[in-house]
Amino acid sequence: MIEARSLTKRYGEKVAVDHLSFSVEPGKITGFLGPNGAGKTTTMRLILGLDHPSVGTVTVNGKPFEQLAQPMREVGALLDAKAVHGGRSAYSHLLCLAQTNNLPRRRVGEVLELVGLSEVAKKRSKGFSLGMGQRLGIAAALLGDPAILMFDEPVNGLDPEGIRWIRNLMKTLAAEGRTVFVSSHLMSEMENTADHLLVIGRGKLIADCTVAEFIARNSVSAVRVRTPQPEALVKAVTAAGGSAVPSADGDAIVVRGLYAEEIGDLAFDNAVRLHELAPAQASLEEAFMELTSSSVEFRAGVAEPSAGQPAHAGRGA
Amino acid sequence: MAATTHLAPARPAGLPAPTGRAGFGGALRSELTKIRSVRSTYWTLLALVIVTVGIGTLACVGAVSHGGDVRGPGFDPTFHSLVGLILGQLIIVVLGGLTITSEYATGMVRTSLSVQPRRGTLFAAKAVVFAAVSLVTGLVASFASFFIGQAILSSKHLGTTLGQPHVLRAVIGGGLFLAVCGLLSFGLGAIFRHTAAAITGSIGLLFVLLILSNFLPQSWQNHVDKWVPFNAGSQIWSTVADPGTHMFSAWTGFAVFAGYAAIATAAGFILFRKRDA
Repeated sequence: MIEARSLTKRYGEKVAVDHLSFSVEPGKITGFLGPNGAGKTTTMRLILGLDHPSVGTVTVNGKPFEQLAQPMREVGALLDAKAVHGGRSAYSHLLCLAQTNNLPRRRVGEVLELVGLSEVAKKRSKGFSLGMGQRLGIAAALLGDPAILMFDEPVNGLDPEGIRWIRNLMKTLAAEGRTVFVSSHLMSEMENTADHLLVIGRGKLIADCTVAEFIARNSVSAVRVRTPQPEALVKAVTAAGGSAVPSADGDAIVVRGLYAEEIGDLAFDNAVRLHELAPAQASLEEAFMELTSSSVEFRAGVAEPSAGQPAHAGRGA
Repeated sequence: MAATTHLAPARPAGLPAPTGRAGFGGALRSELTKIRSVRSTYWTLLALVIVTVGIGTLACVGAVSHGGDVRGPGFDPTFHSLVGLILGQLIIVVLGGLTITSEYATGMVRTSLSVQPRRGTLFAAKAVVFAAVSLVTGLVASFASFFIGQAILSSKHLGTTLGQPHVLRAVIGGGLFLAVCGLLSFGLGAIFRHTAAAITGSIGLLFVLLILSNFLPQSWQNHVDKWVPFNAGSQIWSTVADPGTHMFSAWTGFAVFAGYAAIATAAGFILFRKRDA
């Protein structure tokens, strides 16, 4: 369990992380989503104590990270796969990490086997491909067999094979009951892997919900309807609980809150002729882009619980 | 590399239950693994020994072949055979600086701190391992220089032995001197987090200050010279005090010299704790 309370990091004038409060619950994959520069990496650095917070606290299993008795036994992190000394072999790299937490030497061989690097164990990591470097970083994270794993943009730059491998790995780890906290700037990536989402933009938390909730709340489905009898249709739609507004081009009506089938039936029942009935699903990627690019405005928007979903955003105050 | 690695259970053989704390012992073993597992360590240490012994040997060969003029009362056969330390110090500062700055240059420091976040433990282990490695290598270089040098000098009956007054102290002092030079650079490395800055800074303190001090008026030199790092530190590897100078005694000088290194290392430590990694 990772818990942040009003976590804030300023670099001079710039606020990288702005009063973030959240908790990462055990036993599932929590996606940490936000555009590049939103503060995801900084947040992870704060969790690991690499950066000191300007304000607020963050704890892992109830303690600041640097107070954990054996950090590797509790948290395994991969922030930057390039953060290794390229002149050291994969084996020596993992060995020097394992020794800090008194892990047995054989564990190094086990994790090398696990990530498929046994054959290059004695090779200097300088010559590793991006995918091999990523596997080495994951091997390091797994060394202490920790219950919490943290990955920062683990699929960045990987080929489809590597991406699939990482996704399966995260699912396997979560299925074993581990907490997986993974960041990404790609909504599509999270759709496939995460159970829960933390969305941040400009250092602020803008959503904290399950993936299903996020989809329900943000991918508003709308139906475009064209009819020669707009008044009759609007009346019927409103009576049925939907909302209707003229479309941007002015020649149709955009209906929200009702499925296309329901609108078709309503039209039939009310003897309204339809010339067009077109469902338009805003893609999650679009919803996410809109949400994060105007995070400040969005926060103001969710402050009033309108969509019927509990608004978790900005609960950190 | 297997194309589709099937994920075995993450604990095939299982780990023993965690006991105790990740502490100084583990950090020491880890730092020893780190310093042993990169080639630059071996190259640097090998260069250190070769240069120190080589220059000392040349100096002794020179003394023997030039004959009488070196045989004055000020001639110190021990110091003469250890004169390679003057260049050796330039090599050990490279390793001292690199020990810490390579972690920054490669980003390894972030990985190191995410497995051992107690910065004092990490820093102390690094300093101790480096000091031990450089002391052992320094002693090897110093003793080898001495024995080879004396073998050459003794052909003209200029040599001395470890049994003579102050000689053993001087030869051991040569190793100590190198280790302290390295620690000075280690400290500067922690301050600057940049290899070139650490090495340049060390050479400035060890070499350039020495040269600059020669430009001071004589009356100043008598007060300032002994505080120049090289002058303070090198008293320990001579057995005959230079006549007419105002230098510290061997151990006092060494304490002053070690003090400089301690200040640099302490400042580096404070910054290492305080700064974001």
